[in-house]
Amino acid sequence: MTGHGGGTGDAPAVRPGAPATTGTSAAPVASGAPDASAPSAVPASGFGAFVARARAAGALVVQPRMGMADPLRMRDGLRATRDADAVTVGTVTLDSYTRTGDLEAARRALAEGVGLNGYPIATHPADTTRAVLRGIADARFPVQVRHGSAMPEHIVRALLAVGLDATEGGPVSYCLPYSRTPLREAVTAWQRSCELLASTREYGASPHLETFGGCLMGQLCPPSLLIAVSVLEALFFRQHGLTSVSLSYAQQADPRQDEEALTVLGRLAGELLPDVDHHVVLYAYMGVFPRSPGGARLLLEDAARLAVRAGAARLIVKTTAEAHRIPTVGENLRALETAAAAAADERARPALTAGAPGPCAVDTGIEAEARALIGAVLELDADVGRALVRAFAAGYLDVPYCLHPDNAGRARTSLAPDGRLLWSSVGSMPIAGIADGGGPRPPILGSAGLITALSHVQRTYDDRAADPPRTPLPPPPTPVPPRTTSTPRRELGLTTP
Amino acid sequence: MEQHAVEQHGKAEPTGLEVVVTTMASDSHTWNLVFLQLLLEELGHRVTNLGACVPDELLVAECRRIEPDLIVLSSVNGHGFNDGMRVIEALRARPELARTPTVIGGKLGISGSGTPARQRALLTAGFDGVFEEGGSVLDFQSFVGSLPAAASRTLPAGSGVLL
Ligand code: B12
Repeated sequence: MTGHGGGTGDAPAVRPGAPATTGTSAAPVASGAPDASAPSAVPASGFGAFVARARAAGALVVQPRMGMADPLRMRDGLRATRDADAVTVGTVTLDSYTRTGDLEAARRALAEGVGLNGYPIATHPADTTRAVLRGIADARFPVQVRHGSAMPEHIVRALLAVGLDATEGGPVSYCLPYSRTPLREAVTAWQRSCELLASTREYGASPHLETFGGCLMGQLCPPSLLIAVSVLEALFFRQHGLTSVSLSYAQQADPRQDEEALTVLGRLAGELLPDVDHHVVLYAYMGVFPRSPGGARLLLEDAARLAVRAGAARLIVKTTAEAHRIPTVGENLRALETAAAAAADERARPALTAGAPGPCAVDTGIEAEARALIGAVLELDADVGRALVRAFAAGYLDVPYCLHPDNAGRARTSLAPDGRLLWSSVGSMPIAGIADGGGPRPPILGSAGLITALSHVQRTYDDRAADPPRTPLPPPPTPVPPRTTSTPRRELGLTTP
Repeated sequence: MEQHAVEQHGKAEPTGLEVVVTTMASDSHTWNLVFLQLLLEELGHRVTNLGACVPDELLVAECRRIEPDLIVLSSVNGHGFNDGMRVIEALRARPELARTPTVIGGKLGISGSGTPARQRALLTAGFDGVFEEGGSVLDFQSFVGSLPAAASRTLPAGSGVLL
């Protein structure tokens, strides 16, 4: 499926950064040190190792969502990301035709100059993409491919063929909200894709895979389900050979709830994935975004502060263009630097000491719910993929407002005035009555109610930007430390000691 | 393959229209579809919501099967113009769908709000209404209100100007 143009006999793609020829120098790890034997999780190189080093140095890694069809612009975007005043990793976000496997449509769009919403990695010749990455993507600047495909094998082959080995998704999170592919088929395709990615370890690479389970519909999904799916997808990745993973969680509408959720996610990951390199990645809000640049910036800054407070190692940013259109390189660059500055500011707050459990230790039942969901699923089958298929069939997992035929479709949520997400119906999920506050709440109803709930965050932040609160909501800012002292990329990035 | 509906909202009226709400093959966004379904149901219409990433063949087949009074295409991923131009051709090629009122809306390109040229191209290709962002929902409601009650399936002349 990959190099369909010319069938260059692509030796099944399993040659990450096949040295020399690719020139991307991504992953030609010092051959002497195969880390396979060392169970001490963190690999010597690759995406996971980069994030681990940044974390150890006290820096939040920030990353854009960025993808454009034109190779030159894609290269500019990667270079700008690398050179940002922030500790960054790069992104190649793929277009929707490539995501849905319609490579013919991607080819036609390129030929006719139709604007694509991402980079068509399986359509541009591999040499073109290698040239995009050359001299930019390397051990000091790892690049991740972000897609959204229920059947991602063609994408995994294409990214391996150009010397990349970090991507994201999952059998549930890239099926239910992203396709009409039967879940069973997505699980099989994701298993094969994981195995393909993991097979590059033989060649000394350290492939990395991030769950998208912490996002699901982008909004209006209570944290416990996001955590459960994120953890279950990470377990699925591990079962199929990955040894370096990250677990996602998307900022929702109440910072306290999110802080609790991220703490729980970190704890469960530590417990259930002790033998695997892992970190937590926060996505800046994935729902309807503020329309004003000021509102968008405030929301992004809150995401960065949240990431620092709750111990996430990496943040994926959103730009001031989010509510309107695909962002430019410049908008992405500003978002990265805004987020890095807010993170540094938050870190400099006196109250925060590294390693402290941070969050105000409230327990609203997120952990109990997440544990109940994960436990119920894992009990269904020793094979995580089969367990997931059964869990959805039984309604043990049920994504609110998701139309996919394999989703039970009985769960519903409500949104408290302060932004807290609550269940109004748990359907058949084994979590009835666990969370605090007793009985079910009235669900979100009607088109007006839905829009009001979906745009709660947008409204809140647009209002805040238009009319800054007189009584400052966030505590007074502390002086920002000189940015220049923050772990320069080159030191951070060194692969081998 | 059956999609899950959100709970029926509002009561379908006898004079209500039979409506298909759908997106196109490349687009997985569905909050827009859920919203449009609820809105139309509240106006008394019956809605079949085809869900995410609807392949052209399925879209046409469902419309032929249902023979709706109105087809509503929604796309926000930025490929909507390109996908819509392809789909309207496929729909209009079917005699039974050649005159079915069909509209498109959402975020149809990747660089922000629509242009008059884009709207003209879509109308010329066979759409009866184009509703890109910015007050589009109110315009859409009056467009739907202008359609004759169920059973009479032809479009009143001039209704395509509600942009
Ligand atoms: C939530 C969201 C998601 C969720 C979707 C979950 C789901 N199942 O629906 C997730 C995270 C999965 C997602 C994925 C992607 N997304 Co998205 N997403 C959004 C986001 C943040 C909100 C959309 C939303 O839910 N709105 C709520 C609904 C109710 O409103 P709406 O869709 O805006 O529609 C309104 C109007 O447009 C109008 N309308 C819509 N259709 C129609 C039709 C008619 C006839 C009428 C009258 C009116 C109408 O009615 C609605 C109410 O006013 C927007 C950005 C934003 N707005 O903040 C991006 C956005 C739509 N996504 C975008 C993209 C590109 C993608 C991806 C391709 C990933 C990527 N490359 O970044 C993938 C989709 C993959 C695919 N195969 O297409 C882009 C589209 C760019 C563009 N058009 O220029 C946006 C604008 C973000 C951005 N700036 O880059 N996304």
